[in-house]
Amino acid sequence: MRNLYLVSILFLLTPCAIRAQAFTVFDSFSDLEKRIQKADANTTLVLNFWATWCSPCVEELPCFEELNRNFTGPGFEVILVSLDFKSQLDKRFLPFLEKQQLKSEVVLLADQDADSWIPKVHPKWEGALPATVVIRGGQRAFYPDQFENYQELETFVFDFVKKTRKAMCLDSKGTR
Amino acid sequence: MKRAIHTLFLLAGVFVLYVAATGPETYVIGDKIDDFSLRNVDGRMVSLADYPDAKGYIIVFTCNHCPYAQLYEQRIINLHRRFSPMGVPVIAINPNDPDIVPEDSFEEMVARATEKRYPFAYLFDSTQTVYPRFGANRTPHVFVVSQDRILRYIGAIDDNPENPTAVRHRYVEDAVQAILRGERPHPDYTRAIGCTIKRKRK
Repeated sequence: MRNLYLVSILFLLTPCAIRAQAFTVFDSFSDLEKRIQKADANTTLVLNFWATWCSPCVEELPCFEELNRNFTGPGFEVILVSLDFKSQLDKRFLPFLEKQQLKSEVVLLADQDADSWIPKVHPKWEGALPATVVIRGGQRAFYPDQFENYQELETFVFDFVKKTRKAMCLDSKGTR
Repeated sequence: MKRAIHTLFLLAGVFVLYVAATGPETYVIGDKIDDFSLRNVDGRMVSLADYPDAKGYIIVFTCNHCPYAQLYEQRIINLHRRFSPMGVPVIAINPNDPDIVPEDSFEEMVARATEKRYPFAYLFDSTQTVYPRFGANRTPHVFVVSQDRILRYIGAIDDNPENPTAVRHRYVEDAVQAILRGERPHPDYTRAIGCTIKRKRK
């Protein structure tokens, strides 16, 4: 079940900023898995698990926005996976999105049975927010904390990309 | 022979350094837990030994500020009301550093406990030495301990934070009933979304 919400209030309020913030609601973790599978093996997928009520998460959001600004394109995607409550969509989530005008892809994961899906994100994750997972070529890197600054995030992502590139390279040599 | 003794001493040294660097081990299921002594919202120090008739303990790392802790607040109260007459009280512990989250200061804990009439002890891990032993990493994070102080369950209260009426698995309730029967809970470990524990900045 996927619902696409378009927030156009800002469009109505400020004539100069003709932008609408779109996000997707995933009621089941399998919807997020399908979204992940849409990316091919050469694509780097950065998933940040956050929530509007989680202050360290909100603090590090600008780092992910910067990463998105610098690298998103073919082969690189940033997805901000919010664990906000669906019941507070109008009261809390939408106003936050309107205010922040996030440019990265935003999804709201509303699957409540967290014990069933947290280990599928990464076996090392126990559920504390924030958490970040980088996926590339079937491999995953996990960061169980807040990034101190942008550089730390970029280094974490690209150290992993380099490692997977090497692995994929060796792999293709091996099969030849 | 001399060399072997040297090696032995070297290994022992490395081990001592390792323990000193990493601190005492984090409990795993089946471990016997050490007693602790923390200040309760009523001003008194509370330890497990203060419950001589306990048939077990529901230790909940929780706090004031976290929305997940707030969603579970009434369910934590209900757990105590239901199981403390059967000898298994809730002991709530706030592990957060109030310099990071002022809402989780001791004064705010007292205010919250008074306002919501907490029927259980609400302790403050002010030195942040108790939660690391348990390996708690979020709020709320529950540890069910049996009468002989063996850790029997780690994890979530149930499987639906947002909607208590849609809960299918009451993990903590099931775990407490299991230990009261003298059995091992199943599952004995679950994961859940929660707020990170706010560690003092060095």
